[in-house]
Amino acid sequence: MNEITRRRVLRGMVDGTAVTVALPFLNIFLNGNGTALADGAKLPVRFGTWAWGLGMNEKIFVPKQKGANWELPEEIESLKNVKQHINLFTRFNGFRDAAPNLCHKTGWVISRAGMAPMNQTDYPGETIDITIAKKIAGPTRFSVLTTTATGNVRDSFSYENANSMSIADYSPLLFYTKLFGEDFQDPNAPEFKANPRVMVRKSVLSGIMDSTKDLGGRVGAEDKARLDQYFTGLRELERQFDQQLQKPEPRAACVVGKAPKDDPQAGLDYQLVGKRHQMMTDLLVMAIACDQTRVFNMAYSQSAAATSKAGYDKPHHTASHEEPVDFDLGYQPQVSWFIRRSMENWAYFVEAFAKMKEGDGHLIDNVLIYATTDQSLARIHSIDNQPMFTAGRAGGRIKAGLHLDGGGSPGTRLGLTAMKVFGIEANSWGTQSNATQKEIGEIVA
Amino acid sequence: MASAAVAVLGLAGCSQQGAGSSAAKAPAAGAAQVSDYSGTVARVRRMTPEQYHNTVAYIFGNDLEVGAPFAPLRRTDGLLASGAASVGITTGELQQLQRSASAIAAQVIDKGSIEQNTPSRRDFLIPCKPADETAADDACATLFVKSMGRLLYRRPLPEARVAEFVAGARKGASDLKNFYSGLAGVIEGMLLDPKVLLIADLTEPDPTHPGKQRLDAYSLASRLSFFLWDAAPDDQLIKDAESGLLFTAKGRAKVVDRMLASPRLEAGVRAFFDDMFGFEDFGNLAKDASVYPMMTGATIKDAREQTLRTVIDQLVTRKMDYRDIYTSRQTFMSPALATVYQVPTKPGWVPYEFPADSPRVGLLTQISFLALHAHPARSSPTYRGKALRERLLCQKVPPPPANVDFSILENPNPLLKTARQRLEAHRANPVCAGCHKITDPMGLALENFDGAGRFRTAEKGADIDTSGALDGKDFKDVVGLGQAMHDHPSLTSCLVRRVYSYAVGGPLSSADDPAITALNTAFGQSGYKLPSLMRMIAASDAFYEIVEPAAETKAAQGSSPVPSEPAAVTK
Repeated sequence: MNEITRRRVLRGMVDGTAVTVALPFLNIFLNGNGTALADGAKLPVRFGTWAWGLGMNEKIFVPKQKGANWELPEEIESLKNVKQHINLFTRFNGFRDAAPNLCHKTGWVISRAGMAPMNQTDYPGETIDITIAKKIAGPTRFSVLTTTATGNVRDSFSYENANSMSIADYSPLLFYTKLFGEDFQDPNAPEFKANPRVMVRKSVLSGIMDSTKDLGGRVGAEDKARLDQYFTGLRELERQFDQQLQKPEPRAACVVGKAPKDDPQAGLDYQLVGKRHQMMTDLLVMAIACDQTRVFNMAYSQSAAATSKAGYDKPHHTASHEEPVDFDLGYQPQVSWFIRRSMENWAYFVEAFAKMKEGDGHLIDNVLIYATTDQSLARIHSIDNQPMFTAGRAGGRIKAGLHLDGGGSPGTRLGLTAMKVFGIEANSWGTQSNATQKEIGEIVA
Repeated sequence: MASAAVAVLGLAGCSQQGAGSSAAKAPAAGAAQVSDYSGTVARVRRMTPEQYHNTVAYIFGNDLEVGAPFAPLRRTDGLLASGAASVGITTGELQQLQRSASAIAAQVIDKGSIEQNTPSRRDFLIPCKPADETAADDACATLFVKSMGRLLYRRPLPEARVAEFVAGARKGASDLKNFYSGLAGVIEGMLLDPKVLLIADLTEPDPTHPGKQRLDAYSLASRLSFFLWDAAPDDQLIKDAESGLLFTAKGRAKVVDRMLASPRLEAGVRAFFDDMFGFEDFGNLAKDASVYPMMTGATIKDAREQTLRTVIDQLVTRKMDYRDIYTSRQTFMSPALATVYQVPTKPGWVPYEFPADSPRVGLLTQISFLALHAHPARSSPTYRGKALRERLLCQKVPPPPANVDFSILENPNPLLKTARQRLEAHRANPVCAGCHKITDPMGLALENFDGAGRFRTAEKGADIDTSGALDGKDFKDVVGLGQAMHDHPSLTSCLVRRVYSYAVGGPLSSADDPAITALNTAFGQSGYKLPSLMRMIAASDAFYEIVEPAAETKAAQGSSPVPSEPAAVTK
C-alpha cells in the first residue's frame, strides 16, 4: 500500500469518508510542548453548537450511572467511540413560566437564548453562539459559520437578533467555495502577498459606510436600528479585509482537499442527510483547522425533524406523534430508530474533531461544542429534562467523559458555564426561571 | 378592524371575512373610490432574492451568475415579502453579499473568450472605452458610474457621490493597473450599498396636501416597479420620476398602463404568487422514491412551473376572473408531469385541458398543491386543509395543542384503512377535534390524490369517500370543493389583502381597512381581474401618500430589532 499522506487523508475526509489514520504533523509550527504556535501564541479555543430534533426516549437514552463511570444505553450506544470526549447532561430543565409550550420551539430557544418565547413569531434576541463570537471571533475570516445537514437554508438555530437569523450554509459545493475559493489564503503558503483587490475593496467601503449613515438619518427609529446593524456589519467586513491583508498564522493541520464533485440530491432521507452532514462536517472541521472561524453551528435536523427513510411513510416528526408505543419495549420503535441515526451523526461530528491533529493533541482538545435539542419526549412535546451534550475540552478548561444529573436545575447553567469558559463576564444568563448564576462546576477543570 | 385582521378560526368553525360579501353588493363598475383611503406607511425593505436577481438581470444581463447571498425571510402576515420590512442584515449575510457583488462585478467587466465562447460583457455594458486599458480614465469612469449608478440606486447619483466613485475607480485602476478592474471595485461597492440593497421609502412634504408627507418621486417609482415587475425601475420609469409625471393622476395612469403592458409584468406576477402560495417549500420538497418513483426532481420543478404558467396564462394573458382558476381544467403539461397525471403529451410545455369529466379541476388538483402539502410517502388531508385556509383564504388555523397524543392516527386496528377513518378516530379526542374540524372536511375531498398527486379511488383496498364541506357548503367530491372555493367570499378578499400588502411592502394594520374595503368593492366590479386590481392600487393617490403606522402594526413587528447587548445576560 502506498504511504498515506496528509493531503490524501484530507481529500478522503472532504469526500465524506471516515478517516481512521492520524494525520502526520508538522512540528515546525509548534513550540516545544505542542500547546502553542512557534511564535508563542496559544492555540485558539473554539466554540460550536450541534442540534438534533425531537429529543430522546428517556428509558433507553439516560444512563443509570452518574459521574465518570457510566454505561451507554441502547439509544446512544453509537457514542461509544467518542464517550471520552463528551459530557451528557440529563435532568436539567427549561422553564416556560407564563409562556405557552410552543411545539418544537420553546425548548431550543431556552437552550440557545435563555428565554421562553411567547409566541411562534417571537424569536431569540441573540443566541449563545453570537454572544461568544463577539468575544472570540477576533482575527478570523468568518465570525460564525452556520451549517445544516438538511439542505434547507432556513434550518438555523443562530440569531443575531429577533429579525436576523444567521444564514445556514446548506450545500457542500457552495460551502467549499465559500471557505476555500478565491478569497482563501493558505496559512501555510511559503510566501504571502497581499491581494491588491482587497485593498481596492477596502477603499470603496468607507463611502458605503457614509451612505449607510446618511440613510440611517432619513428613516424612522426602528429602521435606523437596522441601518446601525448594517453599519456594524460593514465594520466587520472592513476588519476582515484588514485581516486578509495580513500574513496568516501558519496552521499545520490546514490542508485543503479537492472540492466535492456534487451535492447530495435534495431530500431528507436519513442517508441523504447523513451524507450531507458528513460532507459539511468535514469541510467545517477543515475550516476550523485553517482558523477561518472560531465559532460554528451545525444543525443535523430542524427542530421538528422531518428526516425520513425509504419505505416508511412517516418522517421522524410525524412518527413521533402517530406511531404507537410498543408496550413491550415501552417506547416508539421507529422514533427511536430516527434518534439513533441522530446520535450516530453526533458521534461522527465529535469524531471528526477528535481525529484532526492539532499541537500535540487534537482539535477536540481545543473546542467546546454544545449540543441541544427541542424536546425531551417529542410525542407529548415535553420540554422537561431535555438532554444536552458537550464535546471537547476547551483548551483544558473543561473535563470530559462525564454524565451529569441536573436534579431539575435550569439547563441554562450549561450555557452560562460555556460563556464563562470563553471569558464572558456574565453574572447570570437567562430570563425569569431560566435565569441562573450557577455554573456546572463539575465539568470545569 | 375586522376586515384587516386575519381571521383566526375558532374551534367551533370558521369565521368569514365580510369584505368579499360587500363585493357582491357592489355598485356598478366604475363607481369604486379606491382613493378614499388615506395612504400607506413608509418602510425600509430588504430586497428579496428574486428582486435582486431580476434587478441584476435587467441591468447587466440575465446570463449572470448571481449566487444566493440573502438570508431567508420570515413569512409575515402571509407573505415572505412582508418579512422584508423588518428583517435585519447580519454580518454573515453582508459577507455573502460581498462575495456575490465581487462575482457579479467580475462578470460585468469580463472581456470574454473566443475559445470558451463567452461574450465580452464589457463591450456592451460599459458605455465607453478607456484611452488606455492599463490606466485610469476619469471620463469613461464617470460615464459608467452615472449610467449604472442611476439604475442601481434607482435615482440619479449626486455629483459628489459620482466623484467619490470615480476616485475609487481611479485608485483601483492605478493599484491594479487595469481600468476595468478599477470599475469592478466600484460595482462591488455599489452592490453593497444599503441604498441599493434596501428599498427605502423616502418622503417629502406633499405640496397638494399641506402638513402631509408623500413618497418622493423616485421612491414612488421604486414602489411601483418592485410591485409590478419585482425589480428596480427601468430607465424610462426613472425619467418619469424626474419629469414629475408620477405626481399627476393622468401621468401616473399612463405610467402604470405601460408597466402593466410590459413583458416584465410576468416576473412580477410570478413572484407574487410564488410567495403567496408558499412555493419556497419546493426548494426542499422530496418524495419517498420507493413509494413515488415517478416524482423526480424534474417533476417537482415542473409542478411549480405548471401552476405559475397557469396563473400567468389565465390571470395576465387572458385576464380571466381570479375565482375561475379554482374551477378551470385548462393548464399546461410537460413530459415529467404527464407521468404523474397519467395523460399523453408532447415534448416541452404545451397547453393542456383535462376532459370535462376529469377530477382535475383547478389549482387545488394540480401536483403543486397536492404534493407540497403532503408527507413524503402519503397524503395529508390536514396539511392540505390547513394550506387551503391559510394560503388561499387568509384564515389562521390554530397550532395543535402541545400536550396531546396523536398516536391513534396509527391505530393498529386494520379496519382503519383510509385517512378519513383514521382522522375520524383521531377526532374522537375532543382536544384534537376542534382543529381538525377546521382542516379535514376540505382536505379529505382531495383524498382522491395521493401524496404525489396521482389519482386514486381506493386506499389499502377501501373506497375513498371524498365528500366534505367548506364553511357551510357541502360537496361530494373535489369538483364541488373547487366550486365552493370559487364561491367563497374570502377567496377574493384574501387575494386583495395579499396583493395590497405586497404592493405597499409590509404587513397590514387597521389603518389599511378603508383601502381593503374599497379595493374589495372595486375588484368585484372589475370582474375579479387581477390586472385591474393591480392598476387600481398602483394608480391611486393613496399609493404615494404617507401616514404614520398604526399602533398595532408597530407591536406586530415584534421586539426591538437590534439589542446592543444580549437581553438575557446580566453583567
